[in-house]
Amino acid sequence: MGTVLLRHMLPGQKGVVTQVKAVGELGRRIRDMGIVPGTPLFVQGRAPLLDPVAIRVRNFTLTLRNNEADYIHVEVDETS
Amino acid sequence: MNNGNEQYLIALAGNPNCGKTTLFNAVTGARQHVGNYPGITVEKKEGFYQLNGSRLRLVDLPGTYSLTAYSLEELVARDFLVQERPEVVLNIVDACNLERNLYLTVQLLELGIPVVLVLNMVDAAESRGIEIDVEELSRRLQLPVVPTVARTGRGKDDLLSTAARMASEKRGWAPLHISYGPDIDPALDEMEKEIARLSFLTEALPSRWTALKYLEADEQVIAKGRETHPELSSRLEAIAARLTDHLQKTLESYPEAIIADHRYGFIAALLKGGVVTEKNKSDRLYLSDQIDRVLTNRLLGPVSMMLILYMVYQFTFNYSALPVQLVESAFSMLGNRMDALLPEGLIKSLIVSGIIDGVGGVIGFVPLILFMFFAIAFLEDTGYLARVAYMLDRVFRTFGLHGSSVMAFIISGGIAGGCAVPGVMATRTLRSSRERLATLLTAPFMNCGAKIPVFAMLIAAFFPKNRASMMFLLTLLSWMAALFLAKLIRITILKGPSTPFLLELPPYRLPTFKGLLIHTWERTWQYVQKAGTIILAISILFWALMTFPGLSEKKKVRFEEARQEILAGVPPELREMTARGAPEGQTIPAVVADARERILALDHEEAQTALKDSFAGRIGTAMESVSRWSGFDWRTNVALLSGFAAKEIIISTLGTAYSLGKVETGDDLSLSERLSNDPLWNPLKAFAVIVFIMLYAPCFATITCIIKESGAWKWGVFSMVFNTSVAFLIAVLVYQGGRWLGLGT
Repeated sequence: MGTVLLRHMLPGQKGVVTQVKAVGELGRRIRDMGIVPGTPLFVQGRAPLLDPVAIRVRNFTLTLRNNEADYIHVEVDETS
Repeated sequence: MNNGNEQYLIALAGNPNCGKTTLFNAVTGARQHVGNYPGITVEKKEGFYQLNGSRLRLVDLPGTYSLTAYSLEELVARDFLVQERPEVVLNIVDACNLERNLYLTVQLLELGIPVVLVLNMVDAAESRGIEIDVEELSRRLQLPVVPTVARTGRGKDDLLSTAARMASEKRGWAPLHISYGPDIDPALDEMEKEIARLSFLTEALPSRWTALKYLEADEQVIAKGRETHPELSSRLEAIAARLTDHLQKTLESYPEAIIADHRYGFIAALLKGGVVTEKNKSDRLYLSDQIDRVLTNRLLGPVSMMLILYMVYQFTFNYSALPVQLVESAFSMLGNRMDALLPEGLIKSLIVSGIIDGVGGVIGFVPLILFMFFAIAFLEDTGYLARVAYMLDRVFRTFGLHGSSVMAFIISGGIAGGCAVPGVMATRTLRSSRERLATLLTAPFMNCGAKIPVFAMLIAAFFPKNRASMMFLLTLLSWMAALFLAKLIRITILKGPSTPFLLELPPYRLPTFKGLLIHTWERTWQYVQKAGTIILAISILFWALMTFPGLSEKKKVRFEEARQEILAGVPPELREMTARGAPEGQTIPAVVADARERILALDHEEAQTALKDSFAGRIGTAMESVSRWSGFDWRTNVALLSGFAAKEIIISTLGTAYSLGKVETGDDLSLSERLSNDPLWNPLKAFAVIVFIMLYAPCFATITCIIKESGAWKWGVFSMVFNTSVAFLIAVLVYQGGRWLGLGT
């Protein structure tokens, strides 16, 4: 079980958020969208230019830029 | 319970995409009023509903994910709740997506305001196998929970009677207390006591909420504290700083983050034990996800996006062509009627050229705006616009813009021949302020439908062999200019990091026709009201600039004498015919035709002299000392000046300046010919003029919209000064560079 940044996850991979390092407005936006430690998510896909990334979290689809995904640490479910 | 004749204020709050506006439309129908919150561009919608003698005043708050003070929408929603203190808040939540939607609910409950929870889209939840125990949820939250389907109106009556009943009870605010864990709670208690002791904000807000905001580093509340209770505020800030320091050392976290964790923890506990049961696995692919597999696919995504955007463009401009034409011909008919009816003179000129043309100019845009808003409302309500932003963000971010900026650029003329007025208005779909402002300032660089005929006339005169490739080059140039200037604006006057993207891709939904119509109509009506008055005033001003002070008596006499001289050369019995024209069916003798032609030429010369002597003409002549750097003479200057009113007017003004009489748009061959034979004109000058027209100040209709949409006069002034400076600079570069290369002789 390894912890990686959300940016480095591949489409189809699942995991659980371990940490959100962002502060200020970005941190607040990320939390408003329901991403807090312990939240399960899975990577749904990427935009045609590979950025932003689309994730499935709490029953909805959220897209965020790679440089925003850099603040989110995820423990990847290796079986996915 | 219902005392009758009571009026209750009811606010609708909820996340974006939760169906809040659909519900609002279902309740209030067309009986709604749309305005702006004072001083800002966030829309404020209000409507009324009569229920058993009491009157419900419903206010649709902007859609927000939370009640912090970061975005304008959130501040507006929060300030409304605190200051207007509605009797009840209808908190609309998406039943398919309860966990995240309840995050706002928890914050409303922390504030203490009476809430009715509206469980919307229960039909979609049912079809996804999500079961919600409404009674248990209501019991646990201790507030009424009403299931609804806003699209069909299901649950609407139940909701309204519940809301009215709750409003009539006139409940006080009862804030919800959540535990935020062993670190935060003691600090919160300490702060709460201090706040209560000095009654800071306590007349409107629960003291625990104010303390919570200090821990969340809420700028608005802290600023208020510093202003009214500086000593208390510094004590509270010290407690918050101490806690932050402690949490950093022990948990590598922040109070804000821990508070959010506990709110989600509260929600998780709330929904546990059978309140929500999901039969299907949460990552199952639904129809919406299947569609996304195609529409956001690496290859098919961009292709289908191009196709869809092109269709929007076609829809907006093709389908509106007929109504636009009808409106325009109605106004020209009215103009002709007045022309025939009124006696020659200033009043007639004012009514025909000033007022009718001016009002016609505003109303002429209406069908275009109507169709544009309809198309955008459709893309927005289906959820596709969010996908466009998702796919294009990488490109537009490079230039300091946002994925959603593309819509404004295309509508403004990104595919040659749009209009910046609806384009600027289309930036409303952008939620991030810096990117939005940069977009609406640069969208007018696109080649709108009014610049195209001017370009076409100049291209026909000077680049007759390369018409299509010239047009294509100009489209490319305008995109390059818009994007690079956007970047320039974003690294100078609108400097700052990009607003977080974090965009929800809502499931695809079929919009309701009623919703689309309401959406379209309200936005169009706003344009007519606000733009109408200002543009009319400006068009009268321009009429005056080009009309006054008029020819001096001496010159008038000289022209009259010359006319009489021509008439004197015609045999006396034919003079009547020369002055009035031949009766129908009668052939005109050569001598009369010749004399009539000379008189017409004289009339044109008189018009040209009058234009040169007018204020506009004098300004144009005075500007020659500067404009010679880009190769423009007074005629070009006057024409460009008149283009402030509307770009297509450039053609008719050039026509007058070259003594060609009234040149109509589209019938400009004579002007093309005249210019291509003029020694003062050459392809280089023509290209400099084209580049200048592409980039210089937007027309007044657009500037009015820029002012309205940005909420500040300064941005309207900025776009005039900045665009004209950039245009002049580049025109000079083109002209002088070309001459240096030996072109343009």
